[in-house]
Amino acid sequence: MSIAIRHVSKRFGTFTAVDDVCLTVETGSLTALLGPSGSGKSTLLRIVAGLEAADSGEVLLAGEDATGLAPQKRDVGFVFQHYAAFKHMTVRDNIGFALAVRKRPKAEIRARVDELIQLVQLQGFAGRYPAQLSGGQRQRMALARALAARPRVLLLDEPFGALDARVRAELRDWLRRLHEEVHVTTVFVTHDQEEAMEVADRVAVLNAGRLEQTGTPAELYDAPESEFVMRFVGGAHRLGDRLVRPCDLTLRRDHDDGCVEVEVERITVLGADAKVDLADGAGGRLVARLRRDELEELDLERGEILWARPTPGTASAA
Amino acid sequence: MPRAGLRIVALGYLTLVLLAPLAMVVRRTFAHGLAPVWGSLSGPETVHAFEITMLVAAIAVPLNTVFGVVAGLAIVRRRFPGRGLLNAFVDLPLALSPVVVGLALYLLYGRTGWFGGWLLGRGIHVLFAWPAIVLATVFVSVPFVAREVIPTLRELGDEQEQAARTLGASAWQTFRRITLPSIRWAVVYGVVLTTARCLGEYGAVAIVSGRIVGKTETATLRVDGAYQNLDATGAYSVALVLAAAAVAVLVAMTLARPNEQVA
Repeated sequence: MSIAIRHVSKRFGTFTAVDDVCLTVETGSLTALLGPSGSGKSTLLRIVAGLEAADSGEVLLAGEDATGLAPQKRDVGFVFQHYAAFKHMTVRDNIGFALAVRKRPKAEIRARVDELIQLVQLQGFAGRYPAQLSGGQRQRMALARALAARPRVLLLDEPFGALDARVRAELRDWLRRLHEEVHVTTVFVTHDQEEAMEVADRVAVLNAGRLEQTGTPAELYDAPESEFVMRFVGGAHRLGDRLVRPCDLTLRRDHDDGCVEVEVERITVLGADAKVDLADGAGGRLVARLRRDELEELDLERGEILWARPTPGTASAA
Repeated sequence: MPRAGLRIVALGYLTLVLLAPLAMVVRRTFAHGLAPVWGSLSGPETVHAFEITMLVAAIAVPLNTVFGVVAGLAIVRRRFPGRGLLNAFVDLPLALSPVVVGLALYLLYGRTGWFGGWLLGRGIHVLFAWPAIVLATVFVSVPFVAREVIPTLRELGDEQEQAARTLGASAWQTFRRITLPSIRWAVVYGVVLTTARCLGEYGAVAIVSGRIVGKTETATLRVDGAYQNLDATGAYSVALVLAAAAVAVLVAMTLARPNEQVA
């Protein structure tokens, strides 16, 4: 089911959470809403689910106006950052909830729950309570619960935000594979650009309630339409009057046209790569990212004065 | 050992203000054996007094349970003008002396009161009849369920309820399957406190009931009535039944509660 968001705005008191956002999500796609905290991405997702009411604008689900529709009538699955597990119910009853409230036959609920328990790999946990599960297991249970009634849209609000790094990486992978299997239109909210690029096939970048840019991960990286997108996706720093990514910075000892004088403040080795913190004379700070062999060839020292410039042919914005 | 010291102080205090008077009631009740106790408990005035008390509790407890849960949900989950006022009003009976409540009802439903004249004109007797006892008891026992439910709802948050809505549950289904099971122990605790308050109410009821023996006398009024008539055994035995009911309910609650908090 496709989602169309048209000129949606939402204010909380004097704070504008969502500011005139238009966004279309294609049927079957996996889209990330990416932005820093307070950018309105969660509010926008909650408006699509019907958990918040937009002040203006409309939401279309499968081409039909759903703006005033109650959440239980929208046919969406929603996954919360903190799981929202029903604490007084077993894993089986949690997953079967959507079918139980639809008054489906017991045998059908049982079969569907068994199928979902397989899908989210919680075999042997059906009789447990949420308090007896790990964070990752709870979130998988919440996902199975959201999928039980075969929703036409799956919405995830920072689904991996409360988990530790290793479990997060596992679940990302797993969500990607799940989407390939189930093919339900999926939108997830994240503040982690790496997560957005890794999992989603389309990314919408939000900043201060406004939609900055929508595109594939590669489009956002290669052709950022604003300074914000360039800085947020991949990171970027000011070099003279240009904006340059850390890996697109060339350091050299001799002066050339378009070069800026910088001082080496710190050298950090990060496995195969290395990071060099630099200061320009005007109080600005920037970072260069080099391969280890490049670093060794340059043989840098702290306090050394160098010349920096953008590597020709790479993305940079003025 | 400061912990042992604390324990002795706490237990000593409880013994002095709670257990000693209770023990005294037990001792005095059975001072002349079982027969007089049974004799006074099975007297028609006493039986009727317990019937009135139970009737009043049977009306006031369900009423205030429903009100407490609804008011709790409104205060915690909704934003509406007058929410702060409602929150304050729920506590009012705790702050107000029951005697004042009784007097207020007397003024409202008396022959010259706002409602009293109109109701009497239609043959409806509120004052000095059981409706006044019910009104007074309902008023004084309003806060208990709401006061138990409100902090539990706050702590619970509304994420589970939102999740239920997105999973297709109606407002009623969400309440029945998610909210109510999550707050059930707060409701049970509130019901117990409400019941105890209903059984024990004296001040407001003393004013509005007229204390007609065998007609509008509740169990607590019966204790006082018997005592004033120098019927010590009668007063003590009714008091003992009231105290025993309270203790039984509290013990049952303490036994039931810890098992539940695991899940």
